[in-house]
Amino acid sequence: MTALQRLFKFHGGVKPAYNKEASTGLPIAVAPTPTLLVIPLHQSIGGMPRPLVTAGERVLKGQRIGGADGNVSSAVHASTSGTVIAVEMRLMPHTSGLSALCVVIEPDGRDEWIQRQPFDFRSATPTQTRDYLRDAGVVGLGGAVFPTYLKLNPGKQGKLDTLVLNGAECEPFITCDDVLMRERAETILKGVAIMREMLRAGQVLIGIEDNKPEAIAAMEIAAQAANRAAGDSAIKVVSVPTRYPAGGAKQLIRVLTGIEVPHGKRSTDYGVQCFNVGTAHAIYEAIALGQPLISRIVTVAGNVGLARNYDALIGTPMRDLVALCGPLPDSDRVIMGGPMMGLLMPADSVPVVKATNCVLVGSKQLFPPPPPEMPCIRCGECAKACPAELQPFEMYWFSRAKIFGKAQEYNLFDCIECGCCAYVCPSHIPLVDYYRFAKSEIWARELEKEAADVARERYEFRLLREEREKQEKAAKLAAKTAAGREKAAAALAVVEKPATTPEEDAKKALIAAALERAKAQKELVHPGNVSDLTPEQQAEVAAIEARRAEIREMAKPHLRQDD
Amino acid sequence: MLEAILVMALGAVVLGAALGYAAVRFRVEGDPLVEKIDAILPQTQCGQCGFPGCKPYAQAIAKGEAEINQCPPGGDEGIHKLADLLGREFKSLSAEHGIEKPKSVAVIDEQSCIGCTLCIQACPVDAIVGAAKQMHTIVAPLCTGCELCLPPCPVDCISMQPLDESVETWKWKYPVFKINPAQQEEA
Repeated sequence: MTALQRLFKFHGGVKPAYNKEASTGLPIAVAPTPTLLVIPLHQSIGGMPRPLVTAGERVLKGQRIGGADGNVSSAVHASTSGTVIAVEMRLMPHTSGLSALCVVIEPDGRDEWIQRQPFDFRSATPTQTRDYLRDAGVVGLGGAVFPTYLKLNPGKQGKLDTLVLNGAECEPFITCDDVLMRERAETILKGVAIMREMLRAGQVLIGIEDNKPEAIAAMEIAAQAANRAAGDSAIKVVSVPTRYPAGGAKQLIRVLTGIEVPHGKRSTDYGVQCFNVGTAHAIYEAIALGQPLISRIVTVAGNVGLARNYDALIGTPMRDLVALCGPLPDSDRVIMGGPMMGLLMPADSVPVVKATNCVLVGSKQLFPPPPPEMPCIRCGECAKACPAELQPFEMYWFSRAKIFGKAQEYNLFDCIECGCCAYVCPSHIPLVDYYRFAKSEIWARELEKEAADVARERYEFRLLREEREKQEKAAKLAAKTAAGREKAAAALAVVEKPATTPEEDAKKALIAAALERAKAQKELVHPGNVSDLTPEQQAEVAAIEARRAEIREMAKPHLRQDD
Repeated sequence: MLEAILVMALGAVVLGAALGYAAVRFRVEGDPLVEKIDAILPQTQCGQCGFPGCKPYAQAIAKGEAEINQCPPGGDEGIHKLADLLGREFKSLSAEHGIEKPKSVAVIDEQSCIGCTLCIQACPVDAIVGAAKQMHTIVAPLCTGCELCLPPCPVDCISMQPLDESVETWKWKYPVFKINPAQQEEA
């Protein structure tokens, strides 16, 4: 099957040292449950899930602890059973070194699951299935952590030509997808079958770099079995040439189908959708087993004695995983991801999240500090290496000069931050750092502008409202005075012409009757404390009354003076 | 001779008619320059510039009645943008109109609030919720940090709190600066 597929090439790319052998020697091991799980609520692109638990609550394995909030968001679950000891700000696995809201769980060691029920997606509507996957917390496990349910939509056409499954895994050191494909090819294919049905995809292309022969072999066997079961030959495993970044979604689509997704378009517009192999596995677990996404395969590699892949619970401190592999004494940093695109972690205590495909331990020897940055000599090597076919040097100059509008004109936001340009730069310019800087500045400005627009709108509405209220008030006042005048005129008319119509007589009679009734009632009521008094009490009351009268007499002349 | 005059006259009539039609057909409502200036201003409506809002200040700038350096919330960056738009020279922020402060939001101390509604009346963007003799609170995402609610409060229960950086709003630093690793979390 592999031989028949016609392949295409993507522009640029580099061939860094792969360093993948170290971590593929041993099968996946299940990482022990840590003493404390710190599960960040915000682990995917989109809105931050709202916490559903409070401190002191007991949670079960797989229980939802963060509910999806907004259109783009994904739920978060407890990775094991235990007690929530806090919902508080904790250090995030993010370069900023800032904290965010996390659920801290103390495991009870019983690892007790919630009631797990397979989801019958065939009898559910597509929307119900998507909502289920959102609440199961399934997100893209390739590293971008985009909520998967949003991608499982065939779009306007109602069907998809090609479903691309990304098993390329081009970044050095990382082997989590490789071992997953070797060991769990069958379940990945079961996930693919679900995805294919949901997307109504014609063919499935599984792209794997040719430096993973074991994974290709395992996937091929599973694909053949799946094809036999389905009675067609829609699923093809394709070996693609090893070249970084072949695992980029757009690059892999280009290599497998020849389709180049242009600026501002999505691959679905061209009938193609791309998912990571880990995501397919997570979809299978969520739908067929009823298990939400609570763990993932993490490669621990770099400056360690024994690099290996671990099936780690979300929320496990990276430190624990590193300790399992025996870090070498000169280790001085932890990187989440690979050496090309990875992010430096603020500390090794940060937890494993859904985006953590690799925990890379670094040292000065393994990753020596880059030589000093030299001026750009305009050699154009970066443009030759750019897989997105951008002009990195132009974007660099404008980002460096903080002329962000121009940088955007050179399609800065099509940059996938793969690092090829910086890798080939003879002047050792950290180009990607400049792009990240420019991107976050542009985003911040965008947000500020949005806020200003909202403020302007609200201010203008307030002015409008104040004006309207003023007018309403004036109108009301005018109406009131007019009514008052009319009333006065009517009263005058009544005085001039005393009316003796039978109706008014009846009214008067009624009023008189009511007054009579009120008088009678008043007479009936006596204060409770003046009846049945003893003679002594009677005398006392009389004395008090006399004193009061005396005081009144005495006060009279003074009151008059006051007047 | 006469021909030439006629041709020129005809040309003048035709072009005049075209211009007249275009003037009516493509008429721009309002002053586009004011709109452009207003788009640069931060819309805090704080009045620190000496005008009762961002739009009046924009109108004053467009007429040449106000300097471009009177807006503290816009800061130096805003002045640069205005200078670029208007082709004027950059001037640093004028001290009499205030200083640039980090973006803050007002916070009502709910223990001390007496429910007088004075701050609600002062807020230019209706970002305060409350009613007479009911506790008030500020809708933080809508607060522009204009500080106009501070002076009317009779019990001084409103304070300005700078917005903390979060993981979502954190920005990559200019690459010439090294990113300092955070303090090791206590184990």
